[in-house]
Amino acid sequence: MQTNETPEYAIETKDLSIFYGAFKAVSDVNMLLEKQKITAIIGPSGCGKSTLLRAFNRMNDFVPNSHVTGEILMRGQNLYGSNIDPVEVRRSIGMVFQKPNPFPKSIYENIAWGARINGFKGNMDELVEQSLRGSALWEEVKDVLQKSAYELSGGQQQRLCIARTIAIQPSIILMDEPASALDPISTLRIEELMQELKKNYTIIIVTHNMQQAARVSDYTAMMMLDKEGSRSGTVIEFSETKRIFTNPKDKRTEDYVTGRFG
Amino acid sequence: MKNTIMENKNFRPLDLKKKMRPGESVIQSLLFISGVLSIFITVAIVYELGKEALLFFNNPDVTLTKFFATTQWQPGIGLFGIWPLVTATLTTSAIAIFVSLPLGLAAALFLSEYATPKARSTLKPILEVLAGIPTVVYGYFALLFMTPLLQSIFGESVQVYNMASAGIVMGIMILPLIASMSEDALSAVPRSLREGAYAMGATKFETSIQVVLPASLSGVGAALIIGISRAIGETMIVAIASGSGPNFTFNPFKAAETMTGHIARISGGDLSYNSIDYTSLFAVALMLFLVTLVLNLISQVVVERFREKYE
Repeated sequence: MQTNETPEYAIETKDLSIFYGAFKAVSDVNMLLEKQKITAIIGPSGCGKSTLLRAFNRMNDFVPNSHVTGEILMRGQNLYGSNIDPVEVRRSIGMVFQKPNPFPKSIYENIAWGARINGFKGNMDELVEQSLRGSALWEEVKDVLQKSAYELSGGQQQRLCIARTIAIQPSIILMDEPASALDPISTLRIEELMQELKKNYTIIIVTHNMQQAARVSDYTAMMMLDKEGSRSGTVIEFSETKRIFTNPKDKRTEDYVTGRFG
Repeated sequence: MKNTIMENKNFRPLDLKKKMRPGESVIQSLLFISGVLSIFITVAIVYELGKEALLFFNNPDVTLTKFFATTQWQPGIGLFGIWPLVTATLTTSAIAIFVSLPLGLAAALFLSEYATPKARSTLKPILEVLAGIPTVVYGYFALLFMTPLLQSIFGESVQVYNMASAGIVMGIMILPLIASMSEDALSAVPRSLREGAYAMGATKFETSIQVVLPASLSGVGAALIIGISRAIGETMIVAIASGSGPNFTFNPFKAAETMTGHIARISGGDLSYNSIDYTSLFAVALMLFLVTLVLNLISQVVVERFREKYE
């Protein structure tokens, strides 16, 4: 549609390195992530995919002694700038976790709570309904909104977590292996949902499942440990998903996506 | 070296028949006996209390109406209203909970949500040492420090023996218990819930109070229940600082004797077997047991109503 226009970027990393104490977990990541696209981060276990993802909404702040060098820029602002409030960062960059983690509250309250702490003043019933419709959960739960979220199945819980995330309307949604704890049917529903969400949200997803990356993403970042045995991960190739899976530049990417190792 | 594991030579002959495992049944019986014994001891105590209390209520001078509907307690001269002892117990315990619950919860929230791991590992053992101070020390602390302090703040209306001072110090005594147990409950809340809240843009305070605390309420409630039981059953502090004479009042600055303080004082003197004073102690003890039981049940219901269950 807009192949000839300059793409708009949602977020950008510049020489981003992430440290746990003296240990460099992720080194020198430079990526431009396009708006309203799905970017998948793939790579073998322990190469820093989740660490990189968690850097985007400053979740690594909770790990003692973690720090970053370089920049993550969102509309010109460095998320790690000294005048940046991490709470505000998380309000505009939402996150869905590997294991569904709804709050031990009612289905309704799971969505209303986040909206309320974010200062939502409008019609709460409407917001809850719209969020649940947006995450394709409304039809299943509309009659049991006051029940505990823990009475839902795993797949439903994960869609509830997506619903509570979109209820606060972040500009970017991070997903950390959102379907790895779910059965194939629930996984499919989450993937369909991502396509739906992409119309209005930028999504970054970490996945172990290469078919999933190939199915859902527009861009793919391939991460791998540095050669020299430094144990720090980095993005060795970042490009359109089609290209990564059919014509990768890096031999290691090719080996990985064709299943030769990892 | 040859890897014999990989050769998979079964070192055990295949035999799927039922085996005798005497160790298992011995352990099982021992555990069963321990369980039964603890229940039996409780039942036996209640039986003994009830039996002796029955002697008291069988006394022709004592009626249930007098026991529950009058407000003076002097069994020696025929006054059998239990209320002054009950109100003193309730007043001192309420003050103790009023002091220890907010402070203990705040300390627990600090330790579990805000303190660095290093601060926590230093502070928690110190807190638990506080729980080891003998109550007689607390009693004199109440009488010789807390009472003068209250008198200097509130003036002459504070009597030398008063419920406020005993209650506050009792609260200080329970504080480590409540803080430590609540901290365990808060720390047991899975990290994924906190992360979920933070990822929604919640502040640390919003996360602690609105997500972690409600999820930990069953543990905090258990701490509260044990705290209440400790306060109601506490004897030495109230015996020393709260006064030695039944007094029907809710005024915390007045002296009044609690049920436990009364039992301690009366049973300490010469008491002839089967006298009305003697049997009356069992009636008081039974009442004490009932009050503890009822308050425990109430707190359990309240906690169950508000807790947010995570799996």
